[in-house]
Amino acid sequence: MADFKLELKGVTKVFESGSNTKTTAISNINMKIPDHRFVSIIGPSGCGKSTLFNIISGLMETSMGEIKVDGNKVNGMAGTVGYMLQKDLLLPWRKILDNVILGMELKGVSKKEASDIAVPLLEKYGLGGFEHSYPSQLSGGMRQRAALLRTILYDRDIILLDEPFGALDAQTRSVMQEWLLDLWDDFQKTILFITHDIDEAIYLSDEVYIMSARPGGIKEHLCIDIPRPRKPTIVTSQKFIEYKELALSLLSEETKKASQIEKKVI
Amino acid sequence: MENTGISKELSSLSNVKTKRKKEQKSNVKYLENKPLAEWKVNAGRFFVFLIIILFWEAGARAQIIDPFFWSLPSEILATWMQIILDGTAWRDTFFTFQSTVYGFVIGTVAGAMLGLSFWWSRYYAKVAEPFIIMFESMPKLALAPIIVLIFGLGMSSKIAMAVAITIVITTLTTYNGLKRVDSDLIRMIYSLGATRLQVFTKVVVPWTMPSIISALRINIGLALTGAIVGEYIGSTHGIGRMIFYAGQTYEIDLIWAGIFNLSLLSMFLYAVVSQIEKFLLAGMLHQK
Repeated sequence: MADFKLELKGVTKVFESGSNTKTTAISNINMKIPDHRFVSIIGPSGCGKSTLFNIISGLMETSMGEIKVDGNKVNGMAGTVGYMLQKDLLLPWRKILDNVILGMELKGVSKKEASDIAVPLLEKYGLGGFEHSYPSQLSGGMRQRAALLRTILYDRDIILLDEPFGALDAQTRSVMQEWLLDLWDDFQKTILFITHDIDEAIYLSDEVYIMSARPGGIKEHLCIDIPRPRKPTIVTSQKFIEYKELALSLLSEETKKASQIEKKVI
Repeated sequence: MENTGISKELSSLSNVKTKRKKEQKSNVKYLENKPLAEWKVNAGRFFVFLIIILFWEAGARAQIIDPFFWSLPSEILATWMQIILDGTAWRDTFFTFQSTVYGFVIGTVAGAMLGLSFWWSRYYAKVAEPFIIMFESMPKLALAPIIVLIFGLGMSSKIAMAVAITIVITTLTTYNGLKRVDSDLIRMIYSLGATRLQVFTKVVVPWTMPSIISALRINIGLALTGAIVGEYIGSTHGIGRMIFYAGQTYEIDLIWAGIFNLSLLSMFLYAVVSQIEKFLLAGMLHQK
């Protein structure tokens, strides 16, 4: 058994745009993530967070470096981790139940068996009665739930979430955060979570990685030492505010750098 | 002081003369979009049809339009009744109907399959693209003489015409739908461990279906045109042949009766395909 659930070693991605111009999107990223952790990644926009997820999920090749899951190299292997992109990406012609079991269906699980597993979960996680609705009939928050359940039911130990609540309003968002923590607790997954929201990152996570401006690297690694279960009111506690101040100052440095880079490019 | 200056100007605004002569009326009824009464619409349509027929009949009787070329609606109807009763119209209509439907089905299915096949290889798609567009821009009706020579005077040449005229447009419509497949959906399903075949059957085909379905209504009209032109060039049966021969022997009533018969067939086919389309789309689309 490997020491870490997910390990990144010197992951670097260089995009070749045109014949001579090369852009380094992320450079020399190292991460060691133990099992059952909730890990958030924040960074200035354009720092390559999504590129990093595309690489971990095997949808994009690395230029250099290694991705290891349970100690096995998985570079360029799609399907070894669960990955939920920003949009819900439900298939509009499928009912919610059929969308949620898509991962199992692709693996060759019979529809009956998959439904038997999925229906109680839909019930438990607030989508009961909507099994036979189409995605267009659901609200944004519910669609996001369905998409997340689809990722959970795909049943991988590691789940990547790329700003899953970015498009939701503040109220729905905090409901969804609680919901996600429940889910994480119940299924004992390792979660990697991209967000723009520092509060969200600290509130949800055991560890927060702060990325630097392009080329994206790891600037700081914070361990959030606040016991669980955390109450929503924790955001006003002294400890939380200290973490937030630290993260904010680190991030604003990088955001400034990022805007300077943009100016240079222009 | 300034304030009073502005208020003076504002008060003078109401004295500005406009060119509008009438008082403005309420336009609410244009905004509300109330559904029109169906019987009113139908009555209006029937009325227009009646007017056209009446003017035609009266104009031809009064020699305002030349009855030699235009005939009379009453005589056309009598001729049509005659060919219906002696059975020739049925036989020819059925011949044209069959070649149209076969051509329509083969052309649509083959075109859709060809279009979908482009998903599998971008290289193959890029190489094939100019040929498809070249064939599309060529007037396919110009092929009719050679197709009749190759496939003979029977039904197969009419089917071939209908296929030639429908296949490329279906391929292009399908290909265009294919190009608009949401690339994020493809990434999503790959991230769920899908094979290429699964990506194709679970995302690409359903996504492209509405494009293919939208080609159906156009294709049925095109297939009929193809079949008729094939019959003009040389045929043993069919409405096209009937009209063509009537033209050569100056049987003007028969030409018009044939055209009338053809319109009925065309409307029938269009109505059936519209229903099929509605049915298929209801199963495919759930976007509001």
